[in-house]
Amino acid sequence: MAGNVNHDYHILEPDIWPIVGSFSALTFTSGMVLSFYPDLFGTASSIVMWAGLAGLLATFFFWFRNVTIEAQQGDHTPVVQLHMRYGMILFIASEVMFFVGWFWSFFDFALFPAPLTYDAAADATTNLFLGDNTITKGEFIPTGMEVLDPFSLPLLNTLILLCSGTTVTWAHHALIHGDREGLKQGLWATIGLGVLFSGIQAYEYGLAPFGFGGNTYSSAFYMATGFHGFHVLIGTIFLAVCLYRAYLGHFTQRQHFGFEAAAWYWHFVDVVWLFLFVAIYVWGGWGAVYH
Amino acid sequence: MATTADNFAPAAEATHDDHHDHKPSFFARWFMSTNHKDIGSLYLMFAIVAGIIGGAMSGVMRLELAEPGIQYLWWFAGSDPADIAAAGHMWNVFITGHGLIMVFFMVMPAMIGGFGNWFVPLMIGAPDMAFPRMNNISFWLTVVGFLSLLFSLFVPGNSIGNGAGVGWTVYAPLSTTGAPGPAVDFAIFSLHLAGAGSILGATNFITTIFNMRAPGMTLHKMPLFVWSVLVTAFLLLLALPVLAAAITMLLTDRNFGTTFFDPAGGGDPVLYQHLFWFFGHPEVYIMILPGFGMISQIIATFSRKPVFGYLGMAYAMVAIGVVGFIVWAHHMYTVGLDVNTKMYFTAATMVIAVPTGVKIFSWIATMWGGSMEFKSPMVWALGFIFLFTVGGVTGVVLANGGIDDNLHDTYYVVAHFHYVLSMGAVFSMFAGFYYWFPKMSGRMHSELLSHLHFWVFFVGVNVIFFPQHFLGMNGMPRRYPDYPEAFAFWNQVSSFGYVIMAASMLIFFANLAYAFLAGKKAANNPWGEGATTLEWTLTSPPPYHQFETLPVIEDHHDYHDHRPVTA
Repeated sequence: MAGNVNHDYHILEPDIWPIVGSFSALTFTSGMVLSFYPDLFGTASSIVMWAGLAGLLATFFFWFRNVTIEAQQGDHTPVVQLHMRYGMILFIASEVMFFVGWFWSFFDFALFPAPLTYDAAADATTNLFLGDNTITKGEFIPTGMEVLDPFSLPLLNTLILLCSGTTVTWAHHALIHGDREGLKQGLWATIGLGVLFSGIQAYEYGLAPFGFGGNTYSSAFYMATGFHGFHVLIGTIFLAVCLYRAYLGHFTQRQHFGFEAAAWYWHFVDVVWLFLFVAIYVWGGWGAVYH
Repeated sequence: MATTADNFAPAAEATHDDHHDHKPSFFARWFMSTNHKDIGSLYLMFAIVAGIIGGAMSGVMRLELAEPGIQYLWWFAGSDPADIAAAGHMWNVFITGHGLIMVFFMVMPAMIGGFGNWFVPLMIGAPDMAFPRMNNISFWLTVVGFLSLLFSLFVPGNSIGNGAGVGWTVYAPLSTTGAPGPAVDFAIFSLHLAGAGSILGATNFITTIFNMRAPGMTLHKMPLFVWSVLVTAFLLLLALPVLAAAITMLLTDRNFGTTFFDPAGGGDPVLYQHLFWFFGHPEVYIMILPGFGMISQIIATFSRKPVFGYLGMAYAMVAIGVVGFIVWAHHMYTVGLDVNTKMYFTAATMVIAVPTGVKIFSWIATMWGGSMEFKSPMVWALGFIFLFTVGGVTGVVLANGGIDDNLHDTYYVVAHFHYVLSMGAVFSMFAGFYYWFPKMSGRMHSELLSHLHFWVFFVGVNVIFFPQHFLGMNGMPRRYPDYPEAFAFWNQVSSFGYVIMAASMLIFFANLAYAFLAGKKAANNPWGEGATTLEWTLTSPPPYHQFETLPVIEDHHDYHDHRPVTA
């Protein structure tokens, strides 16, 4: 492109990473299927999945590296920055709808429960309705199953995430006011709280008085909180990249959308947790025996 | 329509072409593309290939259904002719593949990926999409999604044979305990991959349309095709993630012991249907709304009039999109919904006929008193209006919960959704293709072959699908490879129709070959003064990077205000 361009949009050169990323994604998902069926495809087939994952991670790394380089060399004019704001908002909107699917399942099970009984020793659930269709009333928490006390570790985790929402705002304000040390301290604190949250969540999974799956409560609980935990991990990595870039001297007081996107994502993850805490831990477990 | 940029001189663009219109090398251009027009072309080529495969599958289905009994399926299954189960599984694999391919890998890539990529930036006066690199991964994720679906054909679906035979809706428990082989996992991941590509594409279109309109082009001056893609993109963005959650639940139910859809653990197969159709109903509007947009452009162009009721047309699409999210359970009338729920979904579904009627009548009003010219895109558009209305009317019949108790899962439903899709969506795609082919390729197609293609296709699809109304009214269920003698006559007629339709596709490819080998060079605007959108101000084909100086849309072209211009 010669110098006849009279607009501020970002016209990109051809790039290899979209096709590499797509075929890595295919390798990853296909490898997962192979690993689901070790009898058919052998136990070594999971190496395909790991190869695909490596390709995906490389794609993310080099793709966002390119975006960062382009930002540093001034390709991100005000209108391109606006594109990125729209893009991030829309991406988060689609993520919200993803969680709507999981909450939909949860409320379906909670509001129209089946008559389940749970044998804790065998981690086995029975649906009494399947043997006796005169039963008309169910309980969401299977009889005989204990759930986690919401006002123990889950409440602590709620406070941790809310706290991390304030520390990321601290970092943002520090950045806007040119306080680079405050930016780094705020990000360190946020990342630390994020790691603490994930650690407590993993520890709590280990304490849970029910196994993975087998009944609707366990399915909805683990999948919804598990996908949330995965998003916390992504958000923590996103913030860690921002911290690294802060040390590299990236971000100005006026232009730092990479940081803002990470902060928006972090708040989104925080809000999802609040819904999980209120709906699944507090309301969902109301009246049940706490472990 | 009337968003011409008067002060935008295409000649100025042309003089600059020589030194900045150089294209990348072959590999970089087609495998690493960041150019919306090249990516649009890739999508169109992909959709044609996928359409041939999906269309061939329906050919096998019509072949098998031409007569009662099982004639051919065992051959495709590679099994013994006496093995009814293997033939039946093969049938299920065909109907599943046909449905998934036509929806996710033919209609969506052609309409949104192909025409959307090509013409949204051109029509709003933008140099490219907002995220050119993400545009490319949207395309390649669609390709790898298709590959994942193809993989599923070569691994076991259940104890009977290879391939996923679970229907395009992938209902549990058929898709969980009913199909324990890896084929279904490959098919599910196919939807994950293609869906991720579509979500990224939707983000890209919304951002492009909101942020990259040329100076002076307000939302209320935007061509209706751009409006249609905007609404479609919102539907994709909000509906697909729910499908992603639902099919992830299928995966964990299949492989990791969750019980979302398994009653033994308190789960509910009907929950899957709710989640699926919460996506699935917006999905049917995703497939038709871009067609609505193209038809509006074409009717206005060949009537040499601005479209009638522009704002009503735009907001009718918005209304269809919004109401499309709250009618999903009309696909589930027979699962045991209570009567009040069925009443709500009946009423809500019929409401959609109102904005749809606004569109049909406004197209007719656009033609009324117009200076009509029956060029190839126009005949396809007229065919669309007629056939889509037929499909819409049977849709109002099916919207009634009480009537649907009888018609659910019969050939009446098959006839209905093929009238709105394989005639509605496909006619609008051919209309759009003939409308924009000269712009995209720089060559004129043959008007004679295009008209011949239209008439043979029109006869063919009607002969296929109109008799299916009779079959459905008489109680023939869908998704079976065999039927009693009583249904033989109309099934045979329907299968003859397929042959006519297939012959018309040969005319289409002959037309393509003619255009590329001997077609006349296309003018910047081959359609005359009725074609007023910005793409017609550019060369055919447009320069590799267009609008390096943005066009400015003048105020007096506010075409829903026809007061005389006073300078």
